[in-house]
Formats: sequence, C-alpha cells, structure tokens
Amino acid sequence: MTQKFVGVDVGGTFTDVFVLDQPSGVASVAKVPTTRPDQSVGLLAGINAQIDDLSDIAGIVHGTTAGTNALLERKGAPVGVIATEGLRDVLEMRRRDRPHTWGLRGNFEPVVPRARRLEVPERTLASGEIRIPVDLGAVRAATQQLLDQGCQAVAILFANAYANPANEAAAAQVVRDIWPNDHVATSAEILPEIREFERFSTTALNAYLQPEVAGYLDRLETALHGEGFGGEFLIVQSNGGVMSVDTACRLPIRTALSGPAAGVIAASYIAETAGFADVITGDVGGTSFDVSLVAGGQPGQSPQTSIDFGMVVRSPMIEIETIGAGGGSIAWVDRGGLLNIGPESAGSDPGPVAYGRGNDRPTVTDANIVLGRIDPENPIGEMNRLDVEAAGRAIDTYVGTPLGLDRLAAAEAILRVANSRMAGAVRLVSIERGFNPKRFAFMPFGGGGALHASAMLKEVGLARAIVPRYPGVTSAMGCLIADMRQDFVQTLNVGLEALAPARLGDLMQKHLQDGIALLNASQAPFEARSQVFELDMAYLGQTHTVAVPVPVAVQDGRLVPPDQSQIAAAFDNTYRASFGRLLDEGQRRVMNLRSAVIGHRPKFDLSTLAPPADATLEHALKSTRAVHFGTSWQDTNIYARLDLPVDVHIDGPAILEQPDTTILVEPGMKARIDNFGNVLIESAT
Amino acid sequence: MAEIDPITLAVLAGRMEQIADEMDATLFRSAFNPIIAEAHDASHGLYDAVTGDTLVQGKSGLPIFVGVMAFAVKAVIDRAAADGDLRDGDIYIFNDAHIGGTHLNDMRLVRPYFRDGKLFCYLASVGHWHDLGGGVPGNYNPAATDAFQEAFVLPPVRLVRAGLMQTDILDILKRNTRLPQSAVGDLNGQLGALDLGVLRLDDLLDEYGVDTVSTALKALGHRAETLMRSELEAMPNGVWEAEDFLDNDGITDTELRIRVRLEISDDRMVLDFDGTATATDGPVNIALPTAVATAYVAIKHIFPALPANAGVMRPVEVRVPEGSLLSADFPAPVGGYTETILRMIDVIFSAASKAVPDRIVANAYGTINALSLAGKRGDGRPWVMFSFFGGGHGGTPEGDGLNHGNAPISTATIPPLEILEAAYPILFRQWALRPNSAGAGRHRGGLGAVYEIELLEENARVFLFGERGRFAPKGVVGGHSAAMNIFSFEQDDGWKEPPMASKMLGISLKRGQSIRLETPGGGGYGPPEERNAVLVQRDIDQGYLTEDLAAKTYQTSAKGHAT
Repeated sequence: MTQKFVGVDVGGTFTDVFVLDQPSGVASVAKVPTTRPDQSVGLLAGINAQIDDLSDIAGIVHGTTAGTNALLERKGAPVGVIATEGLRDVLEMRRRDRPHTWGLRGNFEPVVPRARRLEVPERTLASGEIRIPVDLGAVRAATQQLLDQGCQAVAILFANAYANPANEAAAAQVVRDIWPNDHVATSAEILPEIREFERFSTTALNAYLQPEVAGYLDRLETALHGEGFGGEFLIVQSNGGVMSVDTACRLPIRTALSGPAAGVIAASYIAETAGFADVITGDVGGTSFDVSLVAGGQPGQSPQTSIDFGMVVRSPMIEIETIGAGGGSIAWVDRGGLLNIGPESAGSDPGPVAYGRGNDRPTVTDANIVLGRIDPENPIGEMNRLDVEAAGRAIDTYVGTPLGLDRLAAAEAILRVANSRMAGAVRLVSIERGFNPKRFAFMPFGGGGALHASAMLKEVGLARAIVPRYPGVTSAMGCLIADMRQDFVQTLNVGLEALAPARLGDLMQKHLQDGIALLNASQAPFEARSQVFELDMAYLGQTHTVAVPVPVAVQDGRLVPPDQSQIAAAFDNTYRASFGRLLDEGQRRVMNLRSAVIGHRPKFDLSTLAPPADATLEHALKSTRAVHFGTSWQDTNIYARLDLPVDVHIDGPAILEQPDTTILVEPGMKARIDNFGNVLIESAT
Repeated sequence: MAEIDPITLAVLAGRMEQIADEMDATLFRSAFNPIIAEAHDASHGLYDAVTGDTLVQGKSGLPIFVGVMAFAVKAVIDRAAADGDLRDGDIYIFNDAHIGGTHLNDMRLVRPYFRDGKLFCYLASVGHWHDLGGGVPGNYNPAATDAFQEAFVLPPVRLVRAGLMQTDILDILKRNTRLPQSAVGDLNGQLGALDLGVLRLDDLLDEYGVDTVSTALKALGHRAETLMRSELEAMPNGVWEAEDFLDNDGITDTELRIRVRLEISDDRMVLDFDGTATATDGPVNIALPTAVATAYVAIKHIFPALPANAGVMRPVEVRVPEGSLLSADFPAPVGGYTETILRMIDVIFSAASKAVPDRIVANAYGTINALSLAGKRGDGRPWVMFSFFGGGHGGTPEGDGLNHGNAPISTATIPPLEILEAAYPILFRQWALRPNSAGAGRHRGGLGAVYEIELLEENARVFLFGERGRFAPKGVVGGHSAAMNIFSFEQDDGWKEPPMASKMLGISLKRGQSIRLETPGGGGYGPPEERNAVLVQRDIDQGYLTEDLAAKTYQTSAKGHAT
C-alpha cells in the first residue's frame, strides 16, 4: 500500500519526521539527531524509525537547511563570475553598507573572491539597447581560466540584463558548451529584476549552493530509491510552497529559509481549521524568537532577506521577524544596572547552565527551570536530568546579587524581561503594521514557545493561544500542507501610461505558462490551480514601491490582462490603504511584475490528530508539583497533554507536558482541548 | 530620586525604545523622498519637557541625529516660552541649522505631549527633505557664502495650533521648494509619525501611570550616566592630542585645521577643540549643536553599547572656541557640515587611540563626496542626478577595515547603478574597488572605490563637494595613511583635476566624456611590519595591492614573501 505521506524537516539540532497514513489518518512523529555533514543519513534514519518498507510511501516532502548551513558556514562550492567590464566588484561593494551601525567594526568576505571574478567587454544600456555586443572570445578565455582555477559553478553577471538578457544569454551559450556540468546561470535567468547588487548576489549565492544542494538531493534521492521508494519527492521553498527536485537543483537559493517557512504554513492551516484565520506564530529556539503574522489565512511575504551581512537573497519568502531572545539567551546586568537578555546566547550547545555542559551564565531556560516550569527529571531531548541548583547559583551570581534580588525574584525578573522582549516582537508584526492584536491568536511552535504563550496573551492582549498537537514537529507537518508555488518577476520600469496592455499580457502569459509547465513536470497531484499577479508600483520620483494586486481572468490557460484604468484604480486603492492619501499630481509608475502560479495540494484532515475517544482527565493527570508564579509557589497539576480528552477545561496554574514541549497555563488562564487536539489557552475571566 | 524596581525599569526601557523605533519605521514607510525612505536620513525620539534632553531615541535613524535632536527641542522650548501659549496639539516646525544643528535640508517637527493637562515631554521628528530652494537643487551648494544661498531658512513657527493646521505656513513651505509634492509627502509622513508616538505614549501611560514612567525616564538617564562614567574610569588618566585638516572651504584654497585635546581624569572626559581654524566663508562651517552632537557620535562608536540618552554626555565636556569653524554664527553657510564633522570624528579617534589603542579603529575615508550632474535632455526636460559615494573603513584592533562602507555619521546605502542609469542619461564605465587605496598596517584599511561615469546626453554640468584631496585618512597605533580622494574629469584636451582638489563647481561635460571619482580607503591599524605575510600575499593575489607597493610598504620581496 503506497499510501503514506512523509514530511521531513531537517533543523540544526534535530531532524523531525511527520508520517501520515492517508487511509487511516493516523499520524506519527519522530525526532532524531541531525547528522553532519551529510544530512541524508539522519533523514533516512528518521524515516526508517517510522516506516519499514519505503515502497509504502507515496510522497516525501522535505524542508532542508542544507542550503542555509552552506551559506552560514561558507561551505559552498568554488564559484567563478564573468562580469561586465568595470563591474566585477559589485558583489564585494554591496550597497555601501556596514555590519553594525555603531562601532565601525566587522568585515565582509564575498563568496566569490576577487581573483575568480573576471571581466569581459560587453554593455547593455538601461533602455535595453546593446551598446557593446558581448566579446565571445573573451568569454571563452574567461571560462577556461575559471576552469583552471578549479571553479565548479559559474555566474554570469551583466549590467542591465533585466532590460535585455541577450548579451548574458550569448555568453551563457559559450560557457555551457565548455563547462563540464549544469552549474551555469545568468543573472536574468535567476532574477530578471532591476538592482544589480541584489540580482548578482542572489545569482552568485545560487551558484555557490548549486553543487552542494544538487549533490545532497541526488544522494538522498538515490538512497531513497535504493530502499524501494518510488513516490513523489518535493522540496520546500522559503516562500512556503514546494517545488520539484529538478527546480530545487536549478534554484537552490529558494530553499534558504525553507524550514521556518513550512512551520508558518502548518500554523496557518491548523489555526484556520480551528476557526482562527488570523494568527501570529512564535517559534522560541535556542538563540532566537521568530515571529510571523498570518492575516486571513495568508502568511505575509517579503521580497528579500540577508542570510548574513552582505549575503542578500532576493526571492519571495515568508516574512519572519527574528529577535535575539530564545531559551539559550543569556541574562546579564550591565554596568548601568539594567537587566538585559541576549543577544549573546548559549544556544543548544553548551546550552543553559542546567544542562551541565560548560556554560556558567544564566539563560532564559535556566529561569524556567529554577521556577519549576520545566521538569528537571524529564527534559526534552537527550539529557538525563537537569541541574537546578547550578542554574540557581548562576542566576544568583549574574542577576540576583547585582540587582539585590533573591534567587526566585531574579528568575522571575529574567522571565519578565524576556517575555517583554518577545511581546515587543509580536507588537512589531501586528500593531506596527496596523493590525489589532485582539483579533489574533498566538500559536507557539518549536520546543520552547508554549512556556511563554500565556505571557504573550497578557502582555500584548492577544485573544488566545493555540498550541498545536505536535508543536515540536510543526515544520515537518507543514511540509505536507504546503502547496506547490512558482514565483516569477520581471522589471518593467515604465510610466503606467506607457505600459501597453498587450506587452503586460504577454509577460503574464509567459509566467503563467512557465509556472504551469513546472507544475506539470512535477507530476504531483493538485486539487486546483491558481495564480496571483502583482505590480510593484510607485509615483514617479519615489524609489520604494507598493505591491498592487491586479485582477486577471484566466480561461483555458489564456489570460486577459488588466487595462491601464484598472491598474490605476488598483494602485490608488493599495496606496490609499497604505499611506492614507493619494498624491494629486503624481505620475504612476510600474516597476516590476510579480507572478505566482500555485498548485493546491490535497490537504489532510486535521481531526485525525484528535485525542482518542477514551481519553479522560483523570488518566491524564500525572502529578502535582510546586511552580513559582510572581511571589509564591503554587501547587500545580501536571498533565500528560497527549492524553487529555476533547473539550476538557483546565484552570491555571497547570502544566501540560508532552515529549517535545511543555505548555504553561498561568494562574488566571484556562485551557481547553478542541476537536483537532489543539490546546486553546484564554483568559479565565 | 524615587525608586523604581529594576524589572519594571528594564521592561519600560524596551517599551519606550520601541515607541521611538516605531516612529522611525512609520516615516521610512510613508516618506516620499528616497533620502528618507531608503537612506533613512531621519530620526525620532522623546525629549525632556524642561531641558529638551534626549530621553529615548529610535535605533534606526541617522547616527548624527542622536546627539543633535535635543538642540532642536530646546530651540522650540525657548520659542514656546517666548510665545507663552503652548497648548496640547501644537506642532512647531523649523529647519534653521544654526539653532537646530546639521543643515537646512533637515526639517524638524517638535510636538509637546500633554498628560492630564500637564506637559509631560516632547516628541520630535527630523527628516532630510529633498529640496528647499537655495542656489543649487538639493541644496549642496559648494560655493555658498551664506545660509540664504543654501536654502530657504525657516525659524521655529507653529505649523499646527491646538490640532489646527496653519495653511498659510504650509503655503510658504510649498512655494519655497522645487519639489512641493515631495515636501508635502514627507511632511505628512512626519506628522503621521508624531501622531503615532502620541498614541503609543498614551497606551504606555495608561498602563504604567505618569509617576512610574517619569521615574523610569529619570532612572534611565542616571543609568546612562553611570555607564559612561564606568567606561571612562576604565580608561587611563591623561591628555592626548591630535589634529587634521580640511582641504579648503570651496571658496579660498587654504587648508583648515581641526584640533582636539582629549583629557581623561577619572570618570570625566574633556574634548577641547582649541586651536581649530576660525569660521570661514565657504560652507564647511558647523553650528555649535552639530559640534556637540558629533562628539557624541564619536563616543558612541568607541562605546557602542551606550544608550541614546542625554545622561551619556553628563560626564563629557565639549569645549568649542567661539568664532571657530565649529561654532559658526548665523548666517554662515553650513551645507558641507558632513565633511567637517567627519574630520572631528577622525581627530577624536586619533587622540583616543593613544589612550586606549585596543578600542579604537583607524580613520575611515572621511568624505561623503556629494556629486551632482545636471543637464537637459533632448526634449528639453531638466535632470539632476545627486548621490554620495563610499570609501574604505579603518583597520581595527580585530582585523582589516571594511571595503566600500558608508560614512560613520550615516547608515545610508548607495543607490544601485541600474537605478541611476535608468533614471539619468549616464553610464557607469567603472564601479569598482580601488587597488592600493588602503592604508597599510597590521590590519590594513578597507579599500576605497573607483566610479567612472560617462555622459550619454549632449551637455551637463558637474558639481562635487568632497574632501580628503590633500590630507589622507590616517592610520592609528602605527598604521599608515590611506590613499587620498582624486576627482578627475574629461575635457576636449584630456583629463583634468579641479584646482580645489575635492570641490568643483559646474564644470561642463559633453556627450561621451566622463568623470572619475577615486575615493580614499581607510587608515591602517598597527605597524605594517607586523602584518601576516600570508595576508599580504592574499592582497596581491586578489588585486587589492600591487607587488610594487607591497614591497615598499610591507618590505616584501618582489615575490611577495616577507623578509
């Protein structure tokens, strides 16, 4: 029976596997250590832990950090660049920024060193006119030189290639004739969008990842097939959609943030199914707190990100705000007497003081341990037990004594400041963007988020928290929920009055056809297909644009583009909604067309995750433990979360434990289990 | 001082910073002109009701504003006292740089915040407007001999009275700019940011009460002061001096000395600029508020963890001689203030490097190189391209300096060349790192850049406001100086360099002719002899350094091996 679907998310510490048996609807999860350097070993181990015969699997969807790690650890392949004469240093010069506003320290090493960036005579103007045709003899010589230098991939980076890719294409043809592998790309193939640094950086980083990611996926696919797997194999992108392995090998840069994106996709689906289309997700990791906003079931998208200083990737991705306040963030008192949390972190290794692995400075997790919120006898992961006393001594030394607080007050202080910083991040994505937080539910995922959920409700005024059934494997589950999505961009940079509907229509049609071809080539089953077209627009003189969704009718694969008056009206609506008023004499300009073609994949029924019908509250109650809240210890019931029945109500204080997380229901809060096995936490009043 | 528990204080510190940050973000999103929207040439904060001292300021605004905004607020406090009828809902506006610091493009809005009928604090917003009249579009007039040639000067006036917009003032503003739409767009953005600050402060005071928040604000000032004093105590006592020069003032070709005497005694610091040149005809003067703010910028670069709070400056005395370049009186021109304050930062770093060599970085490239090209297109439409250019950062105690960074007083990024080429009839023949431009050292400076721009239309005129054409960015702790700024331009009879080295007023360029800007690198850190030979060879291999120069400065053999 090939009816199992598998989502696998490979994170920095753990590889999470979520297996759904489609006919029975039974889900199972596994968490195994991530293996380095070859993640495919751990991945197979994770799958094998759940499934004996890989021929039972109909599909595997994979969120991978292979690309992200290669970027952060600078372990990509040797790449060569062929650039426009006079412009080979753009990659190294960036946009004339610096790593930190204050201090004037820090440096930048481009992934392609200067000696491997060669120049050839060629030049295209901003109008698209070719001023100097590309010197193909020079391209040939440069290609040979890069081969001699040991390069494994080539990026061809020509100025204004977004306006006319002909010179790049001619050069690419010459390079491809010579180059021994497929790792050759031009900037216009990867991102036909104005702004050379962003385009060149994205293209060069893509080339840097190509040999690495292609090799990894190839090894993985071979190993899977070797064990009998014959189903579809898909890769999660940073935009929250999935793509085929072929596309991933060609565009590995699109996997840069695929793990967190899958988590947000899962959170959005779980919340919407539970009846809450507006949700703010919060992932508390070892070093950071990652927050995303989902409004009306749609996660926010951002057009670009920096993986590290100067490593800019311009490719649509789920918008995630990160602050340096995670479980491993270190609490310290500065010389002015102010308590601070982070940005320094003990991460997961050595981790909190209580882990006993060599860190002696107190972390947020140490505060949770000292206050009894985490069970020291049964910690998550590989540890045997936690050293509460060591955590307490560290809090005394670094926080209690300098501030004149006793141990418990100091631990409460650490949590208050940490919660306040996390609440700040939640405000940032909601209030600051004009959303009323009272409309939103908070969904913690990852291992540590559920300890802080009650605090988010109190601090920000969010209506409720939803803790999904398996918060520790949300990203793996998201792999199975994500739709297939292909994004396209083309710079137009014209006044609206000069934009011929036929030209726009041709570009849209091309994006649509390319997208459909990719959907078809994947051979994945879809319930439906859809497409989204947006224009990046501004008034003449402005350089920052707004994304304007435009209406496009599609019938039998042919589309009807909007006319100028429809675009003008759509721009006015969007601009007014963003800035309150229009500019009376402003000339509207169209900078870019952005298209997304989406294949909607069959969703699985979340009610299959509901607790068993014979579950009872009495059964779920494990013990009682003293937990510190505010100024006193309170007897607190400890429940086995997965054994709690549907519809049961639990008043705080209570702690709900499960293998991958601990849920804290603070005094004054109450918890309930819904039909999908989620825990809903709300104010008791 | 009333007591506040340390936990509430830490929480409130974060909440108040977030209010200022959110005001920044609101303006960046809604401003019309790209200097604010993209380069973030703006700032917001909360200021003391009586003194105007900075209480909290946003983290994402331009560094130089962190010190200067308090002067703008104080100017409004004085004006409001004279007016005698300050009310809730009033908003003052002005750009007068002699009382508010920086230059005339920076439009300042100051709004009193009342709580329960009583003045609680001020909120302020500053942003760089695109154009405010004056002799040169964009207001960077290298030949200005007074403020009136630079821009329209607006003293503090009430733009809004008790919530009511004074449209006559708005009309005056709109009539005094070449870009009224941009000005109104930016003004709306700033008003929106102030509105938002009021809302957020209302919420905060509802939650915590006036007493707690007031106490927290005082405690934060006290804490900033304590932090600064403890930093100073960790420095050795003593007196250190440094001097450097500006090329000229753009009018008369004479160098201008900037001199500092840095004294540390226990937990106090004095920065005395005695010996600095007197005020000058051309626009490299600065007003006193700018000088004090610059001292703050330099200090915060040395101690990056210090908060943006007036308490930091309590143990610091900044002495600026009257009538000097650093305290010019109205209406002396101040449009080129950036060059002067960059040099102030350089001399403070040079002096401090003798006191605490392991905390100080070498001089950065030290000029913003404001370049404008202006002409008419074939169809008669005028165009003006205006941009700033980058250079190298200084070597640091930890490593080499950054190649092609932004100026220490700014966080502005450079526009992409494709955006410039799409908007103006020009072409970049070169946009590259400049070999041999870094100051040698154990840790060398970052490299400067070469930008070569060809004109694609019939005629254009070129203006440049730069520096470091005669005096190179210096190394520290034995590091060498970097290469100087070189501006050159093509004429019918070949390439030329301007007589004033780094400043050029209106040379003519024909189609096909080019201009070239070769910007300075950063100074080196530590003696070049101590540089790792492997790194010298790497610099040669990467084309950062020629073998000739390597042999000369690092005493390497022709093959690049250390002797």
